Amino acid sequence: MLAEPHRRVKRRPFELVSEKLIEALICVCGFSAIIFVFSIFFFVLREGAPFLSRLQMGEFLFSTEWFPTSQTQPKFGVGALVVGTLSVTILAMIIAVPFGLGAAVFVSEFCAGKAKETLKVVIELLAAIPSVVWGFIGLTVMSPIVINTFHVPIGINMFNGAILLALMSVPIMVSIGEDALKAVPDSYREAALALGATKWQLVYRVLLPAAKNGLLAAVLLGVGRAIGETMAVLMATGHSVRIPKTIFDPVRTLTATIAAELGETSKGSDHYQVLFLIGVLLFTITFVVNLSADLVIKGIRKK
Amino acid sequence: MTVASNPSPRTQFAETRLVRKKHRSELIAKCFFGVMAAAMVIPLILIVVHVVKQGMPSLSWEFLTTNPRLGGIRGGIWSAIVGTLYIVTISLCVSAPIGVLSAVYLNEYAKENWFTRIVHLAVVNLAGVPSIVHGLFGLGAFVYAAGMGKSILSASLTLSIMTLPVIIASTKEALASVPVSFREACWNVGATRWQTIRRIVLPNSISGILTGVILQVSRTAGETAPVMLTGVATFKAVEGTGLFLYNPFTDQSMALSMHLYYIATQANNAPPSLPYAIATVLLSVVLLVNASAIGLRAYLRSRKKW
Amino acid sequence: MLTFVRGKNGDDTELISNLDPMRETKKIEIENLRLAYGGKEVIHGISFDVRANEIFGIIGPAQSGKTSLLRCINRTIEFTAGAKVQGMIKVDGQDVSRMKNVYELRRQVGMVAPLPVGLPLSIYDNVAFAPRAAGMRNKHHLDALVEKCLRQAALWDEVTDRLDSLGTRLSGGQQQRLTIARALSHQPEILCLDEFSIAIDPVTTMRIEDVLKELRKEMTIILVTNLVQQARRLADRTMFLWNGEIIELDSNEVMFSDNPRNRKTYEYVNGIFG
Repeated sequence: MLAEPHRRVKRRPFELVSEKLIEALICVCGFSAIIFVFSIFFFVLREGAPFLSRLQMGEFLFSTEWFPTSQTQPKFGVGALVVGTLSVTILAMIIAVPFGLGAAVFVSEFCAGKAKETLKVVIELLAAIPSVVWGFIGLTVMSPIVINTFHVPIGINMFNGAILLALMSVPIMVSIGEDALKAVPDSYREAALALGATKWQLVYRVLLPAAKNGLLAAVLLGVGRAIGETMAVLMATGHSVRIPKTIFDPVRTLTATIAAELGETSKGSDHYQVLFLIGVLLFTITFVVNLSADLVIKGIRKK
Repeated sequence: MTVASNPSPRTQFAETRLVRKKHRSELIAKCFFGVMAAAMVIPLILIVVHVVKQGMPSLSWEFLTTNPRLGGIRGGIWSAIVGTLYIVTISLCVSAPIGVLSAVYLNEYAKENWFTRIVHLAVVNLAGVPSIVHGLFGLGAFVYAAGMGKSILSASLTLSIMTLPVIIASTKEALASVPVSFREACWNVGATRWQTIRRIVLPNSISGILTGVILQVSRTAGETAPVMLTGVATFKAVEGTGLFLYNPFTDQSMALSMHLYYIATQANNAPPSLPYAIATVLLSVVLLVNASAIGLRAYLRSRKKW
Repeated sequence: MLTFVRGKNGDDTELISNLDPMRETKKIEIENLRLAYGGKEVIHGISFDVRANEIFGIIGPAQSGKTSLLRCINRTIEFTAGAKVQGMIKVDGQDVSRMKNVYELRRQVGMVAPLPVGLPLSIYDNVAFAPRAAGMRNKHHLDALVEKCLRQAALWDEVTDRLDSLGTRLSGGQQQRLTIARALSHQPEILCLDEFSIAIDPVTTMRIEDVLKELRKEMTIILVTNLVQQARRLADRTMFLWNGEIIELDSNEVMFSDNPRNRKTYEYVNGIFG
């Protein structure tokens, strides 16, 4: 029998101590996301807070008069900006939802093997294109196309921005939507096809109802992405702060306003503080949208 | 034409009208959804081709390696490339360790309770906060509150927090794919939790971690709005063409994404192909980095160890 | 035959005779053990002893708490959320729930799971994993130990020329022997095998059974099995566990005779119910 020298080997004391240390570090990193979300809210609010006392919430939210740089009587009403954000987002979703969910159905149900892999790679690459490049495309490529196709005077408008936002939010819809469709058990498909359903009927009568929560979450995440997008709308939706009458009017969104005007304000001025309050508003809106998307997804898991 | 008089040669079962109708409907469905998918794929290809074609006249080796002059409208883009490189590197060094350890916490340590749920929600929301709000946060927290001023460091830290969820999500998925039985086997032989993680779990999730890191790089390189507020200048004259153009703790820098925004919207008298050339460089960087992530993932999956 | 085993406090070694037939040291003492998963009790207050250097068989139908019992002994039950253990488990007279260094306990108790688990490491590293984790760095000692464990698990001859290849690429039977080699690598005093033959062929099973008969000289073995005949072949004493309660615990002569103390035992052993 061999000698047993290892019997004498003991775990070195510092190893047990370092184990505790590393576990503490892991926990701190684990909580870091919470810390970061809170500090984002805190620091953004902190910069804008002094103005809160002078802010009339009703006027701030619903007035469409945005004259932040007026010498005599500055007006800080973000109503038009909110409408701008909402209208661009809604128009983008009207375009993106059918295409995004349609593409999700195509990837999940009609594609297999190599084609599926390739398509997923392309979607991944589409998601990777930086927003400033999208904005640049809106500015240089889309704008003349919009002018020539619809015979409107300005190509940099709500429609242009909505197309870009649609293209930008489609990838996330496809990937989340595909996950949702994948989660529908195959037995549903087999049962439907065995009953003689066509693929159409399969998609409309079986898959869409069965995966509706996941698809809803996909749409919500797309909405979140569109609301928060900055560079593309800054470059491609124009800079007119008013309620749009047609989809070819230029509009200004909340995000674009911050990006365009913050550089010209001095720290601590009213204008500067109001821009941070817009940041708080944006944070709150996207927080609610993402939270509901997450609750919808969790709802599916529970079932 | 009846079915009986025209039997299909390939099959002994006659194609009834119903079957043919079904096939047709299937084909239409496939085309319909195919068009939906094509509507996303085709723009990507058209855009890339168009941008590269327009940018060609300005693209050259010299363009890449000389510094911009005259407020950016002449010369090359070297100092912008270096600025992007600095920002990417620093934010990677910050967010990769935090992100990986955070994913380790969520996958290995967190129990199923309300607190873990909140951590999870925080990660989801961190990913959902608009980039411009991240910029405001960076401005308020790093530039002013922490006194770092508008600098490469401020911009990098802002981006590292913004891209943390990318690494967390990717790492977490990889960790979850390592079978629980491996962990149990390690615990059974008296390995501590961390030893199990370090010797078995992390080495076998390396593909997911690397993918996350690479995606983070591509995201950081393309981001504009946050860095615009926290430390990237529209134009900054620098001497020399080495790698050490800036002091990351005090200097502002240029960046590719910001340079594109500036040249495309604000610079007059720039040659028309200049913004296209910058866009081409930015697009190639981002797409190549992403493609390499996809390739690496496929490669590492193919030589999976179990 | 003389061998070194660890004394009660874990760092002294004492010289004792392992094969003294008169000695009936209690290796494991379990008193009134209760285990509940999230409020649902699966083990209802059982008490028994395992003697040193015996093969202790545990039989019983599925869901009767056999695996959970083993996991209580080396405290890996703590990794299961919602598991609550009550009662006392003593190994070498020490209460396991009071042990500060749980890793030392787990090294004292070797554990072989039902399904073979080759770690995604080389065969050598698989076996060297535990001693390395415990702080053993000496290459010569490691080499000697790896060879010894692989020999003990009857795997050495098959893998001697490919110690560098992946443990996960071995066949199921080989992986199970690798798992046993790994469980031996930290020189346990108690070896728990949990239905080790469930995923391997009869020939390999017989080989491992021979290995166990050899190992019995050096350590205490707890053999959980769903094969009644396996317990009959190998064990000294066998316990029949059913729905978290001990139906009978006896020497094999009584247990597998025509009239064990409990009628249920007879019925289960002879396949009338179960």
